[in-house]
Amino acid sequence: MSRTPLDTVEHAAATPDVELPWAELGLKKDEYERVVEILGRRPTGAELAMYSVMWSEHCSYKSSKVHLRQFGEKAPESDAMLVGIGENAGVVDVGQGYAVTFKVESHNHPSYVEPYQGAATGVGGIVRDIIAMGARPVAVVDPLRFGAADHPDTKRVLPGVVAGIGGYGNCLGLPNIGGEVVFDACYQGNPLVNAGAIGVMRHEDIHLAKASGAGNKVILYGARTGGDGIGGASILASETFDDAKPSKRPAVQVGDPFQEKLLIECTLEAFAEKLVVGIQDLGAAGLSCATSELASNGSGGMRVTLDDVPLRDSTLSPEEILMSESQERMCAVVEPEKVDRFLEICEKWDVIATVIGEVTDGDRLEIYWHGGKIVDVDPRTVAHEGPVYERPYARPSWQDELQADDANKLPRPETSEELKDQVLKLVGSPNQASKSWITSQYDHFVQGNTVLAQPEDSGMIRIDEETGLGVAIATDGNGRYAKLDPYHGAQLALAEAYRNVATTGAKPLAVSDCLNFGSPEDPAVMWQFAEAVRGLADACRQLGTPVTGGNVSLYNQTGEAAIHPTPVVAVLGVIDDVARRTPVAFQEEGQLLYLLGDTREEFGGSAWSQVVHDHLGGLPPKVDLERERLLAEILISASRDGMIDSAHDLSDGGLIQAVVESALLGGKGARLIVPDGLDAFTFLFSESAGRAVVAVPRSEEVRFNDMCGARGLPVTRIGVVDGDTVDVQGEFVLTLSELRETHEGTIPALLK
Amino acid sequence: MTARIGVVTFPGSLDDRDTQRAIRVAGAEPVALWHKDKDLKQVDAVVLCGGFSYGDYLRAGAIARFSPVMEPLLEQAKAGLPVLGICNGFQILTEAHLLPGTMLRNDHLHFICRDQKLRVENAETSWTTDYSAGQEIHIPLKNNDGQYVADAYTLDKLEAEGRVAFRYLDFNPNGSQRDIAGVTNAAGNVVGLMPHPEHAVEPLIGTGRTDGLPFFTSILKKLVNA
Repeated sequence: MSRTPLDTVEHAAATPDVELPWAELGLKKDEYERVVEILGRRPTGAELAMYSVMWSEHCSYKSSKVHLRQFGEKAPESDAMLVGIGENAGVVDVGQGYAVTFKVESHNHPSYVEPYQGAATGVGGIVRDIIAMGARPVAVVDPLRFGAADHPDTKRVLPGVVAGIGGYGNCLGLPNIGGEVVFDACYQGNPLVNAGAIGVMRHEDIHLAKASGAGNKVILYGARTGGDGIGGASILASETFDDAKPSKRPAVQVGDPFQEKLLIECTLEAFAEKLVVGIQDLGAAGLSCATSELASNGSGGMRVTLDDVPLRDSTLSPEEILMSESQERMCAVVEPEKVDRFLEICEKWDVIATVIGEVTDGDRLEIYWHGGKIVDVDPRTVAHEGPVYERPYARPSWQDELQADDANKLPRPETSEELKDQVLKLVGSPNQASKSWITSQYDHFVQGNTVLAQPEDSGMIRIDEETGLGVAIATDGNGRYAKLDPYHGAQLALAEAYRNVATTGAKPLAVSDCLNFGSPEDPAVMWQFAEAVRGLADACRQLGTPVTGGNVSLYNQTGEAAIHPTPVVAVLGVIDDVARRTPVAFQEEGQLLYLLGDTREEFGGSAWSQVVHDHLGGLPPKVDLERERLLAEILISASRDGMIDSAHDLSDGGLIQAVVESALLGGKGARLIVPDGLDAFTFLFSESAGRAVVAVPRSEEVRFNDMCGARGLPVTRIGVVDGDTVDVQGEFVLTLSELRETHEGTIPALLK
Repeated sequence: MTARIGVVTFPGSLDDRDTQRAIRVAGAEPVALWHKDKDLKQVDAVVLCGGFSYGDYLRAGAIARFSPVMEPLLEQAKAGLPVLGICNGFQILTEAHLLPGTMLRNDHLHFICRDQKLRVENAETSWTTDYSAGQEIHIPLKNNDGQYVADAYTLDKLEAEGRVAFRYLDFNPNGSQRDIAGVTNAAGNVVGLMPHPEHAVEPLIGTGRTDGLPFFTSILKKLVNA
């Protein structure tokens, strides 16, 4: 057996002409030259591995960074923000000494290659981000996008993704309380699997990812390191899929939720005993990321002995160990006198824990292997000073034509019979149909604090049993709107999530986002991205809800065809007493139905235009953020003061979709009257933003109307909760059983 | 005085804190037990809660059944200690042969989470006296391996002895034989079921019903009156 010499720092300095596989690892030529310039020599193989993963699009945000800065620059003043962008997840003050951390991330590419594991490890990754902040995870949400519902590959991807999310999240004991499922042919080959999580802690328990205090020990704990997921971030998440290349399956990680459950409990126990100085989870880029980020965020340097990393496969090279994305691992910095107790807790939970290094006085990250020094870098150059690109962007030439193709000019139903048929078609269409076949595969009840879960407008979790303090979360994003106008499309995503939180009675506080786009190397895509970020940052400032963190997923494209620009926005809200929450379902017959807000002829990007005409063109609904804020205030006040018994936001599908959902969930029908000044079609199908339907008990009618009048919110009485039909007077009657069959039958029929 | 009810945490247990809460809501005192404990801390009753002990690896409940805490539990259960197994706890009890039958994967091969209608068939066990026989209740169900099976002889025997404690109504969510949702031992002190009564004890939370609370008030009354 021949033995190649270990590529140490010394060896690298002495052999400047050795060719390294930088291109295969995803680095561009100028990026590699920059590494050589930083080090003043060629990198060792191990250093190259670290730079290549940390400078990948997924880890470095090199194409998006220049735009994302706006989230900080335009951030509104907010007393609620405790930890902002740049940490594992943002942290928000929700009162009574509680802090909440939440974040949404993408696991799009792995979920296409291997749906079950891709989706499962997406949940695992976001949950570790939450634990790393010091919080106990309390809920997850999953915004999903798939190709056409009837495409054969959707039948491969969707059930695998759903089983993966359920298989992992259910086993962790986290209630799944929200999210979305959207079908559109543009996601064929590029499904979007976003995963969000919420965690709760006391203010004093917030932990950060930094290694400080020379002599403190660096402990790697959790699963052993294996050969799975090597290059996941750099290869899978940062390149466009190309049919010609071999299968990328080995780059997808494999998850073990049982191990993660132990990791959660053991980490929380170590936090409770105040044993941890700094902590970082191992996600994308594995140990490369954890060591370089911990070291660069702290005050000193770090020395790591790679030989001490517990391995699943003893033949792994040091480069592979540094790049491995094996799941369920974390890295903690612990004072020397507390190491024994930390290891004891790990042993109690049967979690393998090993001291692999220590914090040093210097400012270098040094890694040793078999006695030789194989990494000697300034950790900041790895973690924070990667390349930054000012990618060219340009409004695509087809944008004008797309916007000129006005959906308001599409043929509309001419008879009541046609109107009725289109209503049935809409509520039974895959995007508008009930998703209970999917959500019933997720545990909503575990932890015993779930107040609301999907299909409610937002998920709601009680966080204090005594006071009833709770938090709500909603995620929204309409790729069709964003395609028509990325600036306003992103604002509509925020407006909808904000509205959804308020509809349940919670006050919106902060935002996390997952920005899913095509290739940044395409100027048209880059323009969509730049516009969406600008729109979202402007809207967050206006609504007073800062972005606390998030994730960018680029290269969601196959060949030339990019997905619709899909900014998914999560809004977190707080409610003083969950007993005041407002559900979607109609509660009592005889209650009055009111439409809040203005209804205009707005059909661009609408569900109606898609379902009835397979059309996408025109402009999305107008954005009025001041109106959204007013509507939210009214909804929150009405919930708190007991003026409304049910409420539902209006968004895709318009009023009729919302009324049908409230009716089916409550098992009570509605009689609707088309208001003066509106035609039945516009009344039922318009997607004007800033609207909601509420059910008001008769005893509260005057008080509620007075409040809306005094605050200047348009309010229109549109009917009454009644019977077992949805009766649009003068137009048509549909029985609840007919609607239920249509609404609930679609997804099982497609996927069974 | 009140009763002390132990809740065992195995690695991978999920509903341990929820079950402790349900015990508190009913007015009893929950006592946390750890799977490596070699004694039961003199508790008056024990709940084996839901979750995925040991990741459900090998077979649901098959590894937890060999935990140290199971030794005193088996001994005392046979001597009359009230034991309730919920979901994974039920699976552990069948693996430990305290209850007959076993659970297979759901017949439709999916995890299922729903508000499930049940009929209380036996209101005389230690855990069901606050129900009436024939009472219909709604309890959340959430599992991957909930299909109750046993040989025909065992099933007939269970039916004849009134040991089918709960039956699924309207919809059999997992293919369980004879719609069986839960069973009891002959003495009535050991009960196991797949649905989760601890998730139906507060009006605001979960499904908004409190149909699960009588499990915990039944045992409390029995213990306090004893």
